[in-house]
Formats: sequence, C-alpha cells, structure tokens
Amino acid sequence: MTFEGDEGHRPEEIRAVPLRHPGRWAGTVVMLVLAAMFAHDVTTNPRWQWRQVASNFWTPPVVSGVERTLELTAIVMVVGVLLGVILAVMRLSPNPVLTSGAWLYIWFFRGTPVFVQILFWYAISALHPTISLGIPFGPEFVTWQANSLVTPLVAAILGLGLNEAAYYAEIVRAGILSVDHGQFEAAQSLGMRRPTLMRRIVLPQAMRVIVPPTGNETISMLKTSSLASVATYPELLYQTQNIQARTYVIIPLFVMASIWYLLMTTVLTIGQYYVERHYARGTSYQLPPTPFQRVKRNLTTLRRVPFSADALGEAAR
Amino acid sequence: MTPAPMVRAEAVHKRYGLLEVLKGITLEVAPQEVMCLLGPSGSGKSTFLRCVNHLEKINAGRLYVDGSLVGYAERGGRLHELPEREVCRRRTEIGMVFQRFNLFPHMTAFENVAMAPVLVKKEPKADVEKRAQALLTRVGLSTKVDAYPNQLSGGQQQRVAIARALAMQPKLMLFDEPTSALDPELVGEVLDVMRSLAEEGMTMIVVTHEIGFAREVGDTLVFMDEGVVVESGVPREVIANPKHERTKAFLSKVL
Repeated sequence: MTFEGDEGHRPEEIRAVPLRHPGRWAGTVVMLVLAAMFAHDVTTNPRWQWRQVASNFWTPPVVSGVERTLELTAIVMVVGVLLGVILAVMRLSPNPVLTSGAWLYIWFFRGTPVFVQILFWYAISALHPTISLGIPFGPEFVTWQANSLVTPLVAAILGLGLNEAAYYAEIVRAGILSVDHGQFEAAQSLGMRRPTLMRRIVLPQAMRVIVPPTGNETISMLKTSSLASVATYPELLYQTQNIQARTYVIIPLFVMASIWYLLMTTVLTIGQYYVERHYARGTSYQLPPTPFQRVKRNLTTLRRVPFSADALGEAAR
Repeated sequence: MTPAPMVRAEAVHKRYGLLEVLKGITLEVAPQEVMCLLGPSGSGKSTFLRCVNHLEKINAGRLYVDGSLVGYAERGGRLHELPEREVCRRRTEIGMVFQRFNLFPHMTAFENVAMAPVLVKKEPKADVEKRAQALLTRVGLSTKVDAYPNQLSGGQQQRVAIARALAMQPKLMLFDEPTSALDPELVGEVLDVMRSLAEEGMTMIVVTHEIGFAREVGDTLVFMDEGVVVESGVPREVIANPKHERTKAFLSKVL
C-alpha cells in the first residue's frame, strides 16, 4: 500500500540531543597531558641544545649530505623500479625459466639483510680484485680495478637498488594481477602484441594499485639510504656522525638530521597525493578536491550553508 | 556458385583439461552472413567464438577464417604454430565485442576507439581520428567523445565497444552476448547498432539470447548444446518448428 505524499507539507526538522562520549573526553585529557609534558621538556631542558640544532642546520656538509641523500634515493628508486618491473613481468611470463629466475632473485634479495648487502658490495674487491668485460670464459676486452669501479656510491646503489627491486617486483606483480582479465582479452582482440598490451593497457591500470606502495617505498628508502653511511657514502647521516665525532655534540645533531628527514618525507607525501590523483582518472566519478582547491572554495563561500530544506532544494537543482 | 566462406569450422574440438567443451563443431559462415549462436549456458557458444580469433587454441579439427587456418600454418603435412606477430595481424581483421564491454577505463571513449588503429595498424593519426569521430557519431555518441567509460551507461559503453572494434575496419565481427549485461531498457539501442551493421553487409557471428534479434536480423540460427551443433537453419523456421527435443525445450523456456 502506498500513499501519495502531500507535496506542500514537510515534517519538522529533527533536532535531537547529541550522544555524549565520555571515553573521548578521557582520551583527550591524557593526550593533552602528554603533549604538555613533551612541550615542557623540549622548552626547559637545556640539553636539547636547540642553538646547536639551528647553527648546524644549514652548514655546507649538512646541506651536501641532504643533497646526496636525495640523489641516492632517486637513483636507487629508478634502479629498483626498472628492475622490479622487469622481474614482475618475468614472474608472470609463461616461460618457466624466466619465472623461476625471477623467483630465485626475489627469494635471495628479500631473504638477506640490506645492511649486509651494502657491506658485501663495498667489500667486493676481496672477492674479485678486477672486473672485466669480455666473452664469458673467453677473452677479456676491458678490465677495471674493483676498488676504483665500486665506489661508495656504487656499493650503496647496488646494495639498496638490487634489494629494492626484489620488493618492488612483488608490488608490480600485485598491480598487474589486479587488472581485470577482460582487459587483456579486449587488447588481444584488437591485435595488440604483448609488450604494447602491457605498456598501454595493463600497466596504466595497474598503476592505481602500484602508486600508493611506491610512495611508501620511496619514503622508506629515503630513510634506509642512511645505511649507505657504512659504505662511507657521505649522505646526511654520515655527515651528521662526522660532525658528532668532531664536536661531541650528539643529541642536537640527531634532532637536526631527523628534522631534515621529516621535511623530505613530508614533501614526498604531498607529491604522492598528487600522483595518486593522476592515476585515479576514469575510476571515480569525481575526485576529491585538493587541499588547495578546498582552501579556495572555503574562501569563496564564507558562510556555511546549514543542512536544511533550502540546501536540499538547492542541491537538487 | 557460392562464394568462399568467411569462416569454416571442420569438426572443431576444444577441451580444458579433461572437460571437453566443443565436441566437433562443423559450420560455415558466408561473407555478409549474420549467424546467431543460441543455446544454454555452458553449451560452448562463447568458447567457439573465442577460438575464431585464437583467444583459445583448438585441440582437434580445422578452423579457417577467410581461407586461412586460424593460429597455425600447414607445411609438409604438419601444423606449425604461427608467431605472435602473425596471430596478432590476423586478429586485427576480426572485431570482437564482449559481454562485459571491456572498455579501457583509463581512456576516454574517443581514445578507446582511436587507439588501436594508430598503435597496432600504424595508420596516420589524422585519418584515424576522423574515423573515430564518425564512428562515435554513427553509434549515437557524438556528445560523449570525452567521457570516460565509468561516466557512461552500459548501453553507451557497449556502443563505444562496437565503435572500437569497427575502427580496425574488420571483415568479420564477433559478438559475445553483447546485451546480456545490460538493463532491459538499454538492450534496444545496442541491437539497433548491430542491426544497421548487418544491413550494411558486415559478416557477423552473434552469441545471443535475444530470440527476436535472431529471428529478424539473423540469416542463420545455430542451436548448440553440450559442445555440439544440435540444429541449424533459417531462424524463423528453427524458432517456429524446432526439430529436436533439446531445441524445443530450450525455446519453450526463453520464448
């Protein structure tokens, strides 16, 4: 049974007494107390030595350390992504030799510590004093001293990059598997060959699944790159420890380095947000506004329209 | 003399593991013919369609499209697998439309239609873009050129999918239950496009449950069940006077 509604009559708006949340209040109090304790310590404990933090922040060794951290992270991620995509495609190929080769690689590099891998590459000259290009088991054309070829930077790139590729391969594989099988068939029915199909159809769609963990990996790598200090690569942590060894100022310099790392990861987080939006094309009807757009909108609509019949009518129009 | 068939199947068999899905399909599709494949689900209609453009490999029998063997070359009494390049080249001559549309979601309607001819057939971009525009207009979507698939209704998506297949200028079109995933009120707009395509003389194999379409547009109706062709003939006659019990039973359920 249905009734024709009376268009002109509208029941009164509901104005209920809101539910109380005592748990939230208790939690808020605990957090405020903890925050006050922290603020008190930071401002009154002279051993934080904020003056030292500030005076070292922009010194040339620190700035060059920051630059090298960024540089190393960028190179390692490029190596990791390229090699990772290749490994993922290998793992999904119908060829059993390629599949097991990729599996072995991932098994090995995921199963040993990065720290050990960096030290291993740094010490490679003990295993192969010279490195040559030539025909396997045959004549050699060019020969280098391992020590001059595997510089601290190269050792860091090999240690971090080869390890990253193993993790990244799994991320890419998950992304490729997330693409609907019908997409492969549609592309094949148009006569697309496998490389084109992967590059134009599958990978762009896999990106939606791949990008968020890639952001994570990059942020994680920015910090993990500090391990390169053991290979005497002069990135941020290495420079920080150098200053500590010279001046015996310990905590303030760790604070300084941490602030730098936080700044860099913050910038990366913002970048990740926009890259994700880009690859969300064609997946949601309307993308949420960016913080910038949100601020702009709030500036133009100064008054919040209350949730009322008027607003509903407006929305319907 | 009848013209050489566009598609010729001789005792085509296909199995997945131990399950035999096609148990000897023999049929011919003449140029400009519209053949409708009918039958209960699991009867092998879609599988047969997918064999025609080599998305599936057949296990026994012979399958020819436009005179050449699908997926193989016969030399010295033996079959040799064709290289991927050749398989793909032949697929460009066969358009396929899927039940679930399978539009590329990261591209606009226009990009979906215009991409493959440029990328696969290396045709000049300007020509293809003109053709894509014309095709989208033809399927009634000239205003939806820049829409992404998820902004389109099912019927609109399927019409884009048809335009995408036509952009390759195929000589044969395969339709795999093109209206089964659509809301009832959207079925007509897709069938209209297919009807006009048939009137222009496109050779088509259509797997469908639309008896009305099969009767009005189809030149031949093939009824399949459990991997074999049970009955075939002029659609009007098969539908009005089915000869086999299985055909009768099926038609009585869907009519």
